Amino acid sequence: MAKRIDVSGLSAFYGAHKAIDDISMTVEPRSVTAFIGPSGCGKSTFLRTLNRMHEVTPGGRVEGKVMLDDENLYGSNVDPVAVRRTVGMVFQRPNPFPTMSIFDNVAAGLRLNGKYKKSALNDIVEKSLKGANLWNEVKDRLNKPGSGLSGGQQQRLCIARAIAVEPDVLLMDEPCSALDPISTLAIEDLIGELKERFTIVIVTHNMQQAARVSDRTAFFNLAAVGQPGKLIELDDTERIFSNPSVQATEDYISGRFG
Amino acid sequence: MSHAIQERPVSVAPRRGPLSHARLPRWTPAAVAAFSIAAGIGIGLAAGWHSKVQWGMLAALLFVLTTYAVTTKVEGARQAKDRVATSLVWVCFVLAVVPLLSLAWVTISKGMAVLDVYFLTHSMNGVLDTEAGGGVYHALLGTIEQVGIATLIAAPIGLLTAVYLVEYGGGKLAQAVTFFVDVMTGIPSIVAGLFILATWNLMLGFGPSGFAGAMALAILMMPVVVRSTEEMLKLVPNELREASLALGIPKWRTILKVVLPTAIGGITTGVMLAVARITGETAPVLLLVFGTKLINPNPFEGAQSSLPLYVYEQYAVGTDASVARAWAAALVLIAFVMILNLVARGIARWKAPKTGR
Amino acid sequence: MATTTPDIQRNRRAKSASRPGDRIFSGLSRGSGITLLVIMAAIAGFLTYRAILAISKDSTSFFTTFEWNPAGNPPVFGIAVLAFGTIVSSVIAMLIAVPVAIGIALFISHYAPRKLAKPLAYVVDLLAAVPSIIYGLWGAIFLVPYLDGLNQWLDEYMGWTYIFDKSGEGVARNLFTVGILLAIMILPIITNVTREVFLQAPKMHEEAALALGATRWEVIRMSVLPFGRSGIISASMLGLGRALGETMAVAVVLSPSFLISGHLLDPGGGTFAQNIAAKFNEANEFGRDALIASGLVLFVITLLVNGAARWIIGRRKEYSGAAA
Repeated sequence: MAKRIDVSGLSAFYGAHKAIDDISMTVEPRSVTAFIGPSGCGKSTFLRTLNRMHEVTPGGRVEGKVMLDDENLYGSNVDPVAVRRTVGMVFQRPNPFPTMSIFDNVAAGLRLNGKYKKSALNDIVEKSLKGANLWNEVKDRLNKPGSGLSGGQQQRLCIARAIAVEPDVLLMDEPCSALDPISTLAIEDLIGELKERFTIVIVTHNMQQAARVSDRTAFFNLAAVGQPGKLIELDDTERIFSNPSVQATEDYISGRFG
Repeated sequence: MSHAIQERPVSVAPRRGPLSHARLPRWTPAAVAAFSIAAGIGIGLAAGWHSKVQWGMLAALLFVLTTYAVTTKVEGARQAKDRVATSLVWVCFVLAVVPLLSLAWVTISKGMAVLDVYFLTHSMNGVLDTEAGGGVYHALLGTIEQVGIATLIAAPIGLLTAVYLVEYGGGKLAQAVTFFVDVMTGIPSIVAGLFILATWNLMLGFGPSGFAGAMALAILMMPVVVRSTEEMLKLVPNELREASLALGIPKWRTILKVVLPTAIGGITTGVMLAVARITGETAPVLLLVFGTKLINPNPFEGAQSSLPLYVYEQYAVGTDASVARAWAAALVLIAFVMILNLVARGIARWKAPKTGR
Repeated sequence: MATTTPDIQRNRRAKSASRPGDRIFSGLSRGSGITLLVIMAAIAGFLTYRAILAISKDSTSFFTTFEWNPAGNPPVFGIAVLAFGTIVSSVIAMLIAVPVAIGIALFISHYAPRKLAKPLAYVVDLLAAVPSIIYGLWGAIFLVPYLDGLNQWLDEYMGWTYIFDKSGEGVARNLFTVGILLAIMILPIITNVTREVFLQAPKMHEEAALALGATRWEVIRMSVLPFGRSGIISASMLGLGRALGETMAVAVVLSPSFLISGHLLDPGGGTFAQNIAAKFNEANEFGRDALIASGLVLFVITLLVNGAARWIIGRRKEYSGAAA
């Protein structure tokens, strides 16, 4: 269950370009940590290094260490597939598998990892959909394609799919940016519930959202376009938004730039 | 809770957590491939198999099986499946590349042996089947004339049909045209030849001629031109049409002056690719043009020759000299088609509208 | 084009009343569309007419006769052997070409190093344009001898399967070789279409699968193949259409005979297109009508194949993922 993430000296590259530089931070278990910062500061890239999705991009390369409790994700014998199985991810745009039904979408991750009895599978799917606050809306049409749902429902379906495999960590890459305000609210409520069980990291462009949902907030910035992004500060959300210790953070939060 | 990854006690590995398992070193696939090829050759030699095809198939089979065995043992069943998929994909690639490379190599090497300026500038007039010499000039001329006439027939009709479908279409007629263009794309070339044979030759009583062949080729070319032009016209953004219409320019001038020029690069490419396709068609030419050894510059009267037909005839004669000529003509034909293709693709790249993906 | 406001208004009004330029141009393009329809109708009509002329004088059943002698008295000809040969060789070609083409398409779209993928895709594109007569020439002179050994081996070890049982010493100018050659020919076409579809598979679904902890193969199975299924089918049908109608490559490689044999390694058999090319020169006018009749059957078969492809694609539309 929920694990602590300890990052030290992490840099990520796209080919020769360094996207983020020398980041060290700790993400506490059973809490929500929000990443904020201007566009291009590398917060999404950093998020994708936490489940080894960054190296999927052509030319993507990572240096440094990411400890999940006491195991380095970038250790020599670590299988990235196993990492992604343990560190779940929800994307910016809802991406349920279009050829699968709602049920199959939620069960997709489970089916990869071995055989389940039909009844066990039913239980887990129901539990996950309930966990994603979607069960009541879809219980009558589990065999319909997932692409028939509204955007907000699709995103919750994706969350259900991610938590069905019981990951230790849940990464969310701007999960609400493609959604309307009401769906956004539903997801934010859900995040509040999920942090009881998972370590949650969320990237957001929306500072109000960071303030609403997160316990701790990390501010990323870059010196100039083309320069690598850096972690400026990480602190309790309350402190970041009321009394940040770095001037740049305050400038960004008060809307003076970015 | 993470129960997916089986831990395997492996002595070499240092401390390991639930995320790690034994992994094969990076050079494993290469090593397995090398082993399989060696074993394939070895067993092939030992068993005295003459056909290298068997050696290769054995090596491919060994490659996939060894990969599966090794990975299952070290990394587990899921990884094994993944690696087998990877190795199969590689095998497919090699399997396809070998015959295609062989085709290219054989055509070029055999063709170059005979191909020279004399070959390009002389006909087969007075050349015996068994003796070397002679050339392909009459066939080249015939091909150019037939393909040219076919293009003159098919390109305007195809282009205008595409314009109709994209700019004016929408009704029942457009639907029918779209459907039958699809149908027409699937017509076997020999059927197109038979159609002209049934009408032009059997009904109307004309003899074989380059023109008859050209008509069959035009039938094959039309749907290709319609399809590619249609695709290109659809890429032209609607804003351009609306901007022009809003200026009070009549629709036909909008199409001629705005839409077609925007798409002209892609349309040219499409037409040229269609030309390349019909250049290599043998069957209708065989039925309708008949073939001759002589230079006949008049496509409307009397039998002509053409490059693909020439290749076929020379192969069918079967003497060493004629087969050599067949290869040389094949090389000329392939060069002709490839140049058309390369130029067409070049144009597509240069003049591509910036609206595409 | 300098236009003042009144001009625009005048043109707006004029738009409803069609001007001559518009009328001529739309008439021309409409006429072209109609021309195309007329040609299609004429093809179907004339082929049917000539075919009926021939079949009505056929003294035996056109569909079940194992003989082709329209010049005989009475004329005897039937397409049973041709239908068998056409279907068998095309099926062999599809069995080989479709999986391999999917493999190559995946290789280009998802496996090959980027530096290799692009030129490779380009080369496969070019290969699709190689004229079939050249495949035939290569097949007859190069492939046939190479397959001789394989044929013997298959006969020796797989002979018990009946289809690989080879009687006699004949060279590999059989339906099996034709099938392999057809497979090689249609490989680039199927690969090209399939590859295009695979490349269009949405990245976000691949990432979804990856983030669930899927291996590369599982990603492909979960997101790429389902997305590409209708594309694979239509590509295969396109290839099948080519294989069914291929003339020259078959005519050059096969040593034909009017026999149906389940022993695929024995020389013999024939296909519609091959038979037309082979018998055409010696045929009189009636013989040509008989060949036209067999061509009509080929035409109908290819129509059915294309129709089936379209039907399958249409039926799968809601699940194709294009809507997502």
